Amino acid sequence: MKSKGILTKIYIALIMVFMYAPIAVLIFYSFNKSRSAAWGGFTFDWYLELFKSSSIMNALTNTLLIAVLASLFATILGSSAAIGISNLKGKTRMLVQNASNIPIISPDIVMGVSLMLLFTFLGVIFNFEMGFGTVLLSHICFCVPFVVLNVMPRIRRMDSSLYDAALDLGCTPFQAFYKVVLHELMPGIFSGALISFTYSLDDFVITHFTQGARFQNLSTEIYGMLRRKIPPTINALSTLLFLVIIIIMVLINIRDRRAEKNKMKL
Amino acid sequence: MKSKLLSVPYLIWMLVFTMIPLVMIGITAFTDNSGSFSLEAFTSAFEYTNVFLKSLWIALLSTVLCLIIAYPLAYIITQMRESTQNTVVMLLMIPMWMNFLLRIYAWVLLLQSGGPLDTLLSAIGIHGNYSNNTGAVIVGMVYEYMPFMLLPIYTVMGKIDKGLIEAAQDLGSNKMMVFRKVVFPLSIPGIISGITMVFVPSASTFVVAQYLGGTDDIMIGDIIDKIFFTNNHIGAAISLVLMIFILVFLVLMNLFGDEEAIA
Repeated sequence: MKSKGILTKIYIALIMVFMYAPIAVLIFYSFNKSRSAAWGGFTFDWYLELFKSSSIMNALTNTLLIAVLASLFATILGSSAAIGISNLKGKTRMLVQNASNIPIISPDIVMGVSLMLLFTFLGVIFNFEMGFGTVLLSHICFCVPFVVLNVMPRIRRMDSSLYDAALDLGCTPFQAFYKVVLHELMPGIFSGALISFTYSLDDFVITHFTQGARFQNLSTEIYGMLRRKIPPTINALSTLLFLVIIIIMVLINIRDRRAEKNKMKL
Repeated sequence: MKSKLLSVPYLIWMLVFTMIPLVMIGITAFTDNSGSFSLEAFTSAFEYTNVFLKSLWIALLSTVLCLIIAYPLAYIITQMRESTQNTVVMLLMIPMWMNFLLRIYAWVLLLQSGGPLDTLLSAIGIHGNYSNNTGAVIVGMVYEYMPFMLLPIYTVMGKIDKGLIEAAQDLGSNKMMVFRKVVFPLSIPGIISGITMVFVPSASTFVVAQYLGGTDDIMIGDIIDKIFFTNNHIGAAISLVLMIFILVFLVLMNLFGDEEAIA
């Protein structure tokens, strides 16, 4: 029994090494003076170069802007769609729900390619070029299904007489919706928005196909940098991103712990 | 609240941004440059059968490896105290928050000749190049997608009623039998969704093989990417075949899952 405990610990440790070794390597190389694989002394130069690089900063702004806007629009569209879909009957409802899942199940690359075809086609007709707008539309596209998927179960669990009760008690339909329905659905809406935001931040494939000639987000910028073989600043960028992720995770953890403690007090 | 009308904007949205683009792939695949019906794109697409098969093979190996690694891991985690469980899962998820390309690039750095792994193994007398081969591509895939296997299995296992396990023990099952007769059958839905979540993206991914693979490690995603900017008819034909293949795979997995649930 005791030996089994040690075995499981070794197993977990090995997995952790597997998960974190690559990141440790990125961090290590971000301080490496030499551009080659060998260690050439300690330096902060890559970090300075990173902050001077306007293209990376521009890509970072684009990424954040797209993520905020895409998750905002996707949340509005998806939440109202979920309410609408839940009021559909039987077969129609199944059909719409399944259709809504298409972007989730189809491979990213197929979605990217199909949207590219659409935008080039529309671009010729309406005389526009792919760029910020088309990327935003594409991101909303793959985000909405996640919102629908997260809000639907909440609607199903909600007692529909609550809305009627609110109306009976003198609420206008708008008030009843705002105070009762929205309140009940909030956790689902919130997790849908969060998933949308993170997917949008991390997206590479769909942006790659719909970005046009000038627009870059962080992923496509990194892709371009790796092709041009100027990676040391990428290491610095990775290190900083990792730092931000760790800080966010620690903050979330602290908040959760506090919430748990408060629960215990009650 | 009772209004069906709220779904109308989304229905229009789906029509314009999901259905029509997919139909456009179909139309592009079955036409030539002059716009008339043609199967030429498919004839050209068949030249890439080997790449297609290789992609499926790499995806299959990656999926199996993910399952082999993630299944015991999920089981071990469910045996821990709840607070430890949360910490371990969080630690496993943190690398997933790194950018997809950076995670792949990290493996390029780690495996390159003269890199950390080479230096480490050279110290004990083993020399070699660990990048630019199929093995490296698979390692990269497993690194990218392993958590997608872990999470559904872990979730399903965590939901297993402890009473069932105790009942089996009371009825004289030893640990092995409890696992075989209770835990494993109940975790099958998690395995199935894990397999889907790893296989689909790894079969269709691009970039991973570009960075970690050798010259003959080209995956179907890379071909689609490359070809689309020169001849979008062939690109559309390959995309269509890939999409149909994935759909068939999903339907099969679904059928299999349903049967398991009944049995």
